Amino acid sequence: MTASNGHLSRRGLGRMALAAGTALSLPAIRPSFAQGAPIKVGVLHSLSGTMAISETALRDTVLMMVEWINGRGGLLGRRVEAVVVDPASNWPLFAEKARELLQVHRVDVSFGCWTSVSRKSVLPVFEELNGLLFYPVQYEGEEQSRNVFYTGAAPNQQAIPAVEYLMGADGGEAKRIALLGTDYVYPRTTNRILRAYLNSKGIGDADIMEEYTPFGHSDWQGIVSRVKRFAGEGKKTAIVSTINGDANVPFYRELGNQGIRAEDIPSVAFSVGEEELAGIDTRPLVGHLAAWNYFMSVDSPANTEFKTMWRNYIKNDRRVTNDPMEATYTGFRMWTQAVAKAGTTAVDQVREAMYGQKVDAPSGYAEEMHRNHHLSKPVMIGEIEASGQFNIVYKTPQAIPAENWSPFIPENANRRRG
Amino acid sequence: MRLPNLAALVIAAILVAATGAARAQDAFRDVLPGLGGGFNQQAEAAERLGASADPRALPALRALSEGLLLRAPGGALIADGLDLATGAAADPAGAEPVRINNRVRAALRGAMGRLQLVSPDRAERAAAAEAVFRSRSADNIAPLEVALAREADPALRARLELALGASRLISPDPAARAAGVAALAATDSAEARSALLEARAANPDLAAPIAAAVEAIDRRLAMRRYVELGFQGLSLGSVLLLAALGLAVTFGVMGVINMAHGEIIMLGAYATWGVQELCRQHAPGLLPYALPLAVPVAFLFTAAVGAALERGLIRHLYGRPLETLLMTFGVGMMLQQSVRLLFGAQNREVISPAWMQGTLALPGGALVTQNRLWVILFALAVLGVAMAAIRLTRFGLEMRAVVQNRRIAATQGIRTGRVDAMTFAFGSGIAGLAGVALSQIDNVSPNLGTGYIIDSFMVVVFGGVGSLVGTLVGAVTLGVTNKLIEPWAGAVLAKIAVLVGIMLFIQRRPKGLFALRGRAADA
Repeated sequence: MTASNGHLSRRGLGRMALAAGTALSLPAIRPSFAQGAPIKVGVLHSLSGTMAISETALRDTVLMMVEWINGRGGLLGRRVEAVVVDPASNWPLFAEKARELLQVHRVDVSFGCWTSVSRKSVLPVFEELNGLLFYPVQYEGEEQSRNVFYTGAAPNQQAIPAVEYLMGADGGEAKRIALLGTDYVYPRTTNRILRAYLNSKGIGDADIMEEYTPFGHSDWQGIVSRVKRFAGEGKKTAIVSTINGDANVPFYRELGNQGIRAEDIPSVAFSVGEEELAGIDTRPLVGHLAAWNYFMSVDSPANTEFKTMWRNYIKNDRRVTNDPMEATYTGFRMWTQAVAKAGTTAVDQVREAMYGQKVDAPSGYAEEMHRNHHLSKPVMIGEIEASGQFNIVYKTPQAIPAENWSPFIPENANRRRG
Repeated sequence: MRLPNLAALVIAAILVAATGAARAQDAFRDVLPGLGGGFNQQAEAAERLGASADPRALPALRALSEGLLLRAPGGALIADGLDLATGAAADPAGAEPVRINNRVRAALRGAMGRLQLVSPDRAERAAAAEAVFRSRSADNIAPLEVALAREADPALRARLELALGASRLISPDPAARAAGVAALAATDSAEARSALLEARAANPDLAAPIAAAVEAIDRRLAMRRYVELGFQGLSLGSVLLLAALGLAVTFGVMGVINMAHGEIIMLGAYATWGVQELCRQHAPGLLPYALPLAVPVAFLFTAAVGAALERGLIRHLYGRPLETLLMTFGVGMMLQQSVRLLFGAQNREVISPAWMQGTLALPGGALVTQNRLWVILFALAVLGVAMAAIRLTRFGLEMRAVVQNRRIAATQGIRTGRVDAMTFAFGSGIAGLAGVALSQIDNVSPNLGTGYIIDSFMVVVFGGVGSLVGTLVGAVTLGVTNKLIEPWAGAVLAKIAVLVGIMLFIQRRPKGLFALRGRAADA
């Protein structure tokens, strides 16, 4: 662990010692964990507030997986039990709820968070109490905690390949890029990485437009017409969208109404999946793109199994699956494998057992957990179809390891492969 | 003797015809499989079919572009139950739709455009001229010249000239390129401007005429941009107006700090969705009219919710603003979570009728989006109705009487409790109408209302509490200011700037733009 984490500061080492101490004292504090006591899985997803739209499906996915493992006789011969809390899209409440899960409910593992700001909020709690968190969403990178396993994509597994695609022949050879995002840490960091990347590919600042909007922004007229004007300078233009949550629906509606066709100005989104498209008439959006590591339309036996499982569990044939759900599913399966291998749910042993675990993920690839706590994942680019599903127009030949410390962020570049 | 001769001739003629057809068929059949190949092959096949004169090319291209082209396991391409290569009926069972990407889509658009330039249908020719203009290929020049020679409609001729100019810009012939620059200089099209800029790098000899042409187009476009910016401001203003009107009644007239206002707007949007789903299930013929039908339904539904809220809770808290604030805030959260539990956290899709989609060109060429235009008109209509109801009806008279002096109104025989309930119901109903309009421009989700509550209070306080005209002026002022600041400050800063501006303004004029004078203001 220390070997892969050479960047740890003295404070980090202290924290590790503390964590180790906590871990050693665990059996003494938890006499209730006698033979047959259930294994507890914490679920830390917003069920109310602005992020509920995305996170409730992840809660359901964890519950489905708990049912699945119990159906197979549980784990280590013990029943698995879910403890669901609602941090209500309130970032400080995330930290309180995380503490509640770890100290009151004494969960063995937690699955949770969507926005980066919520993850940053719970991080100190999981590190202090030596908990284990599985984080299932693509994010901006620049982080690596020994208490978190990141099962979503790092920028090199999503953002950079997507922009590369736009600049390639199939993507239309874009020479000008409009970076549109919601105003918080994920879009700003991602766009900083992308700007450095674009500059390194000979696209100067004059050919990059960058705009941010508040969460839930609904009036896109001005920005979309500015993008149109930006595109009218005689160079092929593309939009890279890190717009998050609810704001996407009015954004796409405005694109459709202002007649921006994907053939002329394609847009690629990093936070729009099948679930988000469920609320939009997708016919005017055909051809606009999204980059993920999984689409519901992936044709693989593991995905068929996953989709069947989901529809049987949710008892609704119209509910879709998406990338963060797949990352939750993969993370959960990986955790059960690691627990089985370690023969215990103790965090330090499970962490060690996690490294090198492989799962045949619904994405159709064998995804492996590396010592940097990130998964190797395939990159896929899909075009929106009239049905609201994605037509996969590009995927990498194999799963790509994560570069969670981006070489395009100078102050962190030296932390790479520490 | 003569008869066999004739027979021989006929046979020969048939043979010639058959081989001719076979040859044409061969060209089509040679290219056709490409449509089912990889993206590169598809694009190439589309180009070649677009250049052919085969009548079967267009249906094949159209089927591919609309996702209706199927590939049978054996490789045969099927559309409409027919094998495209043989024209024979084919069984589509087991066939998979052929997928395309943006590059193929662009090639298809150009190819189909070329084939449709001489279509008998005017709308098809117009679409074709646009498609060919956007596809920008030197191959377009010949078909465009043919089409221009046949076209009589002046509007279409102008579009064809534009497309021809853009295609000539990339012609290998320098004279044609110069002619292209001259043709585009006379237009007022942003796309033409872009085409000129694109040609600049490849044509250093034409740099001066291109620069002059771009400048000429810019002059024509400048006015249009101001009109569009003004429209965007008005549009934002109309949304603010709609959201705030209901509050102008409940807060402005009655003085109830109603934090559940946003959730009542949200209920109006869900009522719209409910009407649409009922139409879909029970009367599919009414589906295109679901939105107008939803207007009275949403009004009555939210008015009923408002009346229940006032009778059940709020009336017990009159004169206690802090408790009212906390209580309505709680009610709002409960409404929000109930909707989430009942209908789920996912967005509900409210379909925009065809007449609300796309853009409309104003005289002068400025483009405005249809849905926004309708929202502006709807907001003005709602404002008109609300003002008429307050000024011209018996209910409005009683309402004003109760607001001005409750006791004297009561001595006149007005049932003040009933008037309170009706006023609150009326304000809530208007909020419901806002929900109908917002279902067209925002998400129909449980969070819909949270985004509007602050803005609504801002507009009402800025415009002057209790004045509907103030609400109108306040909403439009804030909308336009926001849109004027946005281009250079960004959406986030524009919002902050407007908020700071209002705070400073309220310091100077605590009663807002249109302060009520007299007893009503002091009550």
